[in-house]
This record gives sequence, C-alpha cells and structure tokens, in this order.
Amino acid sequence: MDQALQHLVNGTVLGGTYALLGIGLTLVFGVMRVVNFTHGEFYAFGAYITYGLIVLGGVNYFLALPLATLAGVALGALLEVALLRPMRKADIDSVMLVMIGAMLAMQNLEMFAWGGVAKLTPNPFDGSPLVFGPVSVLPLRLFVLVVSVLMLLGFWLALERSRAGMAMRATFQDPETAALMGVRVGWVNTATFALGSGLAAASGALLGPVFMTSPTMGDLVGLKAFAIVILGGLGSLPGATLGGFALGFVEEFAGGYLSTEYRDTFGFLLIIAVLVLRPQGLVPARERIG
Amino acid sequence: MSNAPWAFVAALAAVPVLVPNPYVLAVLTLAGIFVIGAISLNLLLGYTGQLSLGHGAFFGLGAYASALTSLGFDIGIGFGLRLRVDPQPVWLGFLMAILVACAFGWMLGRLAFRVRGAYFVIITICFAQVLRMVALNWVELTQGPMALISIPPVSLWLPGLGVVPLVTKAQTYWLVLAVGVLAFLLVRQLVESRIGRALIALRSNEALARSVGIPVTHYLVVAAVVSAGIAGAAGSLFAHYMGIVDPDVFMFIYTVTMVIMVVTGGKGTLWGPVVGGLIFGLIPDLLRGRAAPELQWVIYGVAMILFVMFLPRGIVPGVQSLLRRRA
Repeated sequence: MDQALQHLVNGTVLGGTYALLGIGLTLVFGVMRVVNFTHGEFYAFGAYITYGLIVLGGVNYFLALPLATLAGVALGALLEVALLRPMRKADIDSVMLVMIGAMLAMQNLEMFAWGGVAKLTPNPFDGSPLVFGPVSVLPLRLFVLVVSVLMLLGFWLALERSRAGMAMRATFQDPETAALMGVRVGWVNTATFALGSGLAAASGALLGPVFMTSPTMGDLVGLKAFAIVILGGLGSLPGATLGGFALGFVEEFAGGYLSTEYRDTFGFLLIIAVLVLRPQGLVPARERIG
Repeated sequence: MSNAPWAFVAALAAVPVLVPNPYVLAVLTLAGIFVIGAISLNLLLGYTGQLSLGHGAFFGLGAYASALTSLGFDIGIGFGLRLRVDPQPVWLGFLMAILVACAFGWMLGRLAFRVRGAYFVIITICFAQVLRMVALNWVELTQGPMALISIPPVSLWLPGLGVVPLVTKAQTYWLVLAVGVLAFLLVRQLVESRIGRALIALRSNEALARSVGIPVTHYLVVAAVVSAGIAGAAGSLFAHYMGIVDPDVFMFIYTVTMVIMVVTGGKGTLWGPVVGGLIFGLIPDLLRGRAAPELQWVIYGVAMILFVMFLPRGIVPGVQSLLRRRA
C-alpha cells in the first residue's frame, strides 16, 4: 500500500511535466493541423539553454528557467515564419516531412554544439527527500510539479480570458470563419507555434536537472508527447492534461509492478491500443479547445 | 530508352571488374542495401501515399530474424518450456527474414490502416519503437545492447560449385545488386498490375476508389506485406554483410534516411528511390573526413526541407519533365 502511494506521488510529479509537454503539441495540432516533430527538440533546446546559462553564463537557476522559455518562444516563432508559413496550403504529409527535416537538423546541430555526452544541470535544491508519512519526494521534483501546474493554470486562464486567447480558440474551431471575423490567422498561427515551442522548452528547462540532458533525448520525449496527446485525443486541451497524468501513472505503475526494463514500452503499446480501439482519444475534441 | 535500364544494371555489374577497390565496393554495397530499403518504402509512401514512418522496423526485423536463424538460439518460452533452434544455413535465414517481415507487415497493416493521416503515421512510429525496446530488453534472444555478433556471411548454392560462402567484397556486391534488381522488378510488376492501378486510384482519391468498389484496405495490406518483405530482405543482407546487429537498427533515423531517399528521388516513380538511394547512400562517404558526422545529418534534414518546399515531386520527375520540354 505504501509502495502504491509512493508510485501515485511519483506518477503525479511525472504527469505534471508530461501535461505541460502535451499541451503545446496538441495546441499546435489543433490550431494549425501540423504534426510537430520538432516538439521534442524544443524540449532539448530548453534544457540546453538552461544548462548553458547556469554553467557557462553563471545565471541564477530561477532566472534561467524563464529565459530558456523565452528562447524557445523566439525560436518557435522563427521556425513558423520560415518553414510553416510558406507551407500553409500544402497537405499534412508534406508538412510532416518538412518538420522531420527540421527535427533532424535541430537535433544534430545540438549534438554538434554540445557534444554527445549527457549533461546534468545543477540546481539549488537540497538533495535529501522530504518525507510525508509513508511517501517521500525530492524538493526539486516538488518544485517542478508546482511550476508545471502553475504554468498549466496560467495558460488556461490566458486562453479563456484574453483577447489573444479568444482569437486562438476561434482559429481552432474554424480558421476561415475566424479570418472573416477579422482574426489575423497568420499571426495566430505564429503565436500558437511560438507558445507551443515555449511550453516544450519550459518542460525541458524544468526537467534538465531531474534527468540528464543529451542531444537525442528529444526523440523519446517527442514520442511521449505524441503518446500524451493521442491518449487525450489529438487537439483536445483537457485531453492532453489528462493524457499527461495518465501516461505518468501508467509508466510509474507498470514500471513498478510489471517490468522496469519495459517501462517506456507501455506508453507506446498504450498509444497503439488507443488508436486502434478508440482513435478519438479519451476526451474527444468536440469543441476542440477550452 | 527501354534498353537503358539494363545498360545501367550491366554497368553496375561491371564495377567490381573495372574498379577492384574494396573500399569503393563496400560503399556501393551498403548504398545498395539502402536502395533496396528505399524501393520497398516507395511502394507504400509513393504508390499508396501512406506516410509509413515505421519502415525501419521491417528492415530491423529482417536483420534480427536472419541473424538469429543462422546463429541459432535457445530461449525459455514460459511454462518451463524451451525453444531451441540450432544454427541454420544462411539462405534459410534470408527466407525467414522475408517471412517474419511479411507477417509483421500484415499485422501492422491490419492494425494501422484502420486510421489515416497523422494517426497512421504515429502508429507506425510507435510500432518501430516497441520493437526497439524489445530488441534492447529481451537479452536472452537478442543479446540486447551487447548486439548479435559473428553473424556468418551469406552462402549461396552455385551450379558446379556447391554451397559457397560469399566472402569477397565483389561477391556480396553482386548479390546485393541481384536482390536489388529483383526488388525493382517485383515492385514494377506489382505497380503495373491491377493491384498497382488500385493503389494509385486510392492515392488520388480514396473515397472515389472505394465507391467504385475497390477494396481499399485489402490492397493497402497487400502493399504493406510486399513492402515489408522486401525491407526484410534488405535487413537480412545488412545483417550478414555487417556481421553484427544491434537494437539501433530500429532507430527512427534509419526510417528517416529511407524517407529522404524516396522523397528526394521522386516518390511514386520506379527510379526515384534508386536515384535518391544512391545519392544519400554515397553522401556519407563523400563527407567522411571533411565534415563532422552530425553535419551530414543536418545536410539530410535541410535537403528534405528544401526538396519538399521547392521540388516536391523529386529529382526523377523533375529531370523527366526537363527532358520532355527539350524534346
């Protein structure tokens, strides 16, 4: 029982960052109909920027996090304007191919810049776990969870309450009608992609000190982001949040009780099962956003 | 024009005689194996229009099936039972590679073709990832990250000589060339048949193809099985040529390499994967020593972006229309 509680806590902590990762991907798919293969690379980008700022630049950890997020936003905007804007009229498969090319280029530029050796970002937290009765959790992980949940909430509020959020939701539902209502769909797309990339970079920045940062880590993270998004239903924001926590729990419990070696495999088997049995996902994107 | 392809094959067959340089032959052999992979992927990506991003999985399955058959294995299969296979001749491994790949191609086809577009793509990626994790973790069968080593080279029964192992570079080169020609002819035969016309019809307009009574999913599964079988054969050649197989053969990057070959060469054309495969099969060796290996992949990525944006139909159709305009 105590073990189950501990798994529950670990799963929640993991799920929070997964949700953050999934939201960005599902937002980009929902608004732009783009399957974003570079999502995992933005995660790696955020992690590397944080590492570089802290270790090479001597920047404070708490300042490095927002800076890395902003760097992700800027790079995302650049990528959207350079690659996706000219491809607006192309079919979804061609856009996927372009994004795979971009993924390949980004990943290997990172490898070239940082070398293949994995790096661990230093953090200011105490290394000894906080103990609450039967369960224990590292302060760093608790911080990661709190920041993830705050970011999810902030994102939610911005989408629901702000004018820009309304433009985004309108484009999500029907780009043509939104354009007729005076929404500048081109800029909404750029903003969406920048925001999605920023969220991925933020997850990378947050998890850099938890896991190792390596150039190829974007691969697995990108695939997991797909898993999260598909679990919840492609293009569904509540779905991505739910999917993030679901994947966190599945990995934690299956890894704990069934097999540690196959821990990452369960996520993929789950995607295949969901796609075959319930392709609309756990939370079908009916209104698609909000 | 009709003789040009055979002249091309004859020229390729003459290379070991004219240029008896083992380095050149090794590079061409490896490029040839990837051309076979690209030819098989083209059947799905080019002719049916389904972006299958798990294709490397069939290549890897073929490599493992062939290597394990020729090395033999002894594993527990539950209930205290053991499955023991003694080392078998390599040609049997080659057949096993094709059979296993076909079986998985059928299974994946039946599962994945229930959905289309982004969903299909993601299922195929996950399929390859699951196989990679199995190859990494089922150490009793696959040796995991320690890799399968000392895989014997291909042996072939030749009239008058009996069974001879193909040990020289030239012999392996000719074998890969022969399998490549067979794969090309098989795909051509299929594409020019009733099945091929059905595939092209469903690529252009699936709803219309369905409405005139074409059993779309059935034909898609047939294409997936044939495509997987050819990729399995390429994987088998790869395993016996390299002598070592590790779980990295299932990595996304191998599939992406084949996709780049097909897209740049010209998807949905018979010669596209050959041209693209030769270009991107030879680039790594042209760059060796001049640029870091990471930059090679950056070039691949940028090439894919540029081709999709500016020459989406690929090199072969581009050159063809250029020739036609001049004529």
